[in-house]
Amino acid sequence: MKSERLKITENRQITADIYKMCLLGAEKPLPGNFLELTIPGCFLGRPFGVAGYADGITEIYYRVVGEGTMKMTGMKEGEEVDALTGLGNSFDTNGVKKPLIVSGGLGFAPLKFLAESFVEKGITPLFVAGFKSRSDIVEFLKESGFSPVITTDDGTAGFHGSAVDYIKEKVPEFDRYYACGPMPMLKGMAAAFKGGQLSLEARMGCGFGACMGCSIMTTAGAKRVCKEGPVFSSEEVIFGD
Amino acid sequence: MDNPVIPASGTFGFGYEFNNWFDISVLGSIALKGTTIEARYGNPLPRIAECPAGMINAIGLQNPGAVAVRDIELKKLAAVYPKKVIANVGGHSFGEYVETSAILSAAEEVFAIELNVSCPNVKGGGMAFGLDAGVLEELTAAVKEASSKPVIVKLSPNVTDITVLAKAAERGGADGLSLINTLVGMRIDLRTAKPIISVKRGGYSGPGVFPVAVNAVYNTREAVSLPIVGMGGIMNAENVIEMMYAGADCVMVGTLNLIDPCGSKKIIEDLPGVMERLGIDKLTDIVGRAHR
Repeated sequence: MKSERLKITENRQITADIYKMCLLGAEKPLPGNFLELTIPGCFLGRPFGVAGYADGITEIYYRVVGEGTMKMTGMKEGEEVDALTGLGNSFDTNGVKKPLIVSGGLGFAPLKFLAESFVEKGITPLFVAGFKSRSDIVEFLKESGFSPVITTDDGTAGFHGSAVDYIKEKVPEFDRYYACGPMPMLKGMAAAFKGGQLSLEARMGCGFGACMGCSIMTTAGAKRVCKEGPVFSSEEVIFGD
Repeated sequence: MDNPVIPASGTFGFGYEFNNWFDISVLGSIALKGTTIEARYGNPLPRIAECPAGMINAIGLQNPGAVAVRDIELKKLAAVYPKKVIANVGGHSFGEYVETSAILSAAEEVFAIELNVSCPNVKGGGMAFGLDAGVLEELTAAVKEASSKPVIVKLSPNVTDITVLAKAAERGGADGLSLINTLVGMRIDLRTAKPIISVKRGGYSGPGVFPVAVNAVYNTREAVSLPIVGMGGIMNAENVIEMMYAGADCVMVGTLNLIDPCGSKKIIEDLPGVMERLGIDKLTDIVGRAHR
C-alpha cells in the first residue's frame, strides 16, 4: 500500500467502450492487487485491477461507464496522476501446476497479470476469455506468447456461449481455477466447480478498508472487497440473488 | 490532547490499519467506528455514491459488536497507538445505547463515549434519537449514568434548529458535543432512474458540507457552554482554524481520510505554518474568536 504519483505513458481506445492505460512509476504489485486512481474533477478515486506490470509500467483497462471513466478518456500521455497502489490481497498460486483461468468481459484484466506471472514460472495456464460479441474482444495476451480460448455470447467469434458454458462442456483438467467477471458468471463458476479463487468488483468509497462501503457476506462473516479481497475463495462467498 | 485533530468515527475504522500509511501516534485522539451491542453487517451494496464535493454513504453501522471491539479491536489499536480514544456508540433502543456505553466506557483505552444519535443510515434507530429534544435529553441522562467516562453527544444537522438539540443534550448532562454528522442526501442513477444507494438515501459528507458545519458550530457555541468538537468537510489546516474561530475546541476530520489516508497527518503537519501566517500563538486562544 503506497501513495504514489504516476505518469501516464499510454491511454488508448481498444474497443467501442474499453480503453487501455499505462502508468509509469509504481512499485511492483502482486497479481490480484488493484490501484485507486485520482481523476481530476472527481471526489472519489477509481479502483482498477492491475492487468500487467513491466519496466515500472502498470497496465490497466477501463470501460467508459460514467463521469469518471469519461474524464479518464481525456487524460493525456505525460500527464501525472495521484494513485494509491498495491491495494487488496493477491491470488494464491502456491503449488498450482495446472491453472485454469476464466474471465467474463473486462474481468480478463487482473487475470492477464496472473497468467503472465504463471508464464514467468514456466507454467502455461489454460485461459478462457468470454466476451459479448466479436467487436468486444480485446486481444490482451498477444505479447505474452500464448492465446486464450475466446468465447462469445452471440457466437460471432470462437466458442458460442459464455466462458462458463465452455468449461462445463469441455471439462478441462485443472488443479485450481481463477475467475473474474460479472457476479452471475462468478456465481455460476462457484456453483459448478470447487477450489477456485474469485476476484470481485465493487463500488468503493476509499479502497483501503476504512469506509466499509464494499463489504460482502462470506461464510466467515462480513469481509471488505478492498481489504480482505478482492480475491476470495469460491467456497466462502455468499452470493445474493 | 497534544493536538486538536481527531479522525472522525466511520472514516478511520478502528484505527490500527492506518498505521500502514503513517505513524498514527501523531493524532490527538481517534474516534472509533460506530459500535452497537450486537455485530452488524450493515446495509446491502451499493453503500456509496459520489457527489460533486463529497460523497453519500449508507454503511448501516457495520461493526463486530461491543464485546469484540473491547476485546479485539481496542487491543489491536493499543498495540500501535499509545493515547486514549473515543468510542462511538450507536443503537436501536435506550437499552442498547446504555449497555454498549457501559461496556466500552469500562475499557482502559477509552477516555470518552461519543453518542451517535445522528446516523441517518440505520432503520428505526440512530438519527431518530437525535431529532426530538425530549428523547435526546432522556437518552443522554441514561447513558451518562451507565458510562464511567465523559459523554459527548454527536448532533445531527437534519433539524430546523440544532441549538434546541444542543441544549437538550446539555440538560441531559452531556460533557461535550460533536457536530455535525452527515446531511441526508440522495443520488439517482441516470441510466436506471433509481437511487444509487441500495437503501435509497444516505449521509452526505465532504467539503460541500463545510459551510453548513461552520454555521452549526457557530450557533451552538452561542447556545451552550459545553466543549464542542467541530466537524463536517474539513479538508485542510485552514478549515481547522475556521472551525475553531466558529467555536470548536477541537476538530474531527472525516471524509478526507477516505480519499487521502494520510490526510489527517498532513493537516497536523500544516497547522504550525498556517498558524504562523495568521499570527496565532496558541490554538486555545482562537476558540470562538468569530464571536468576539
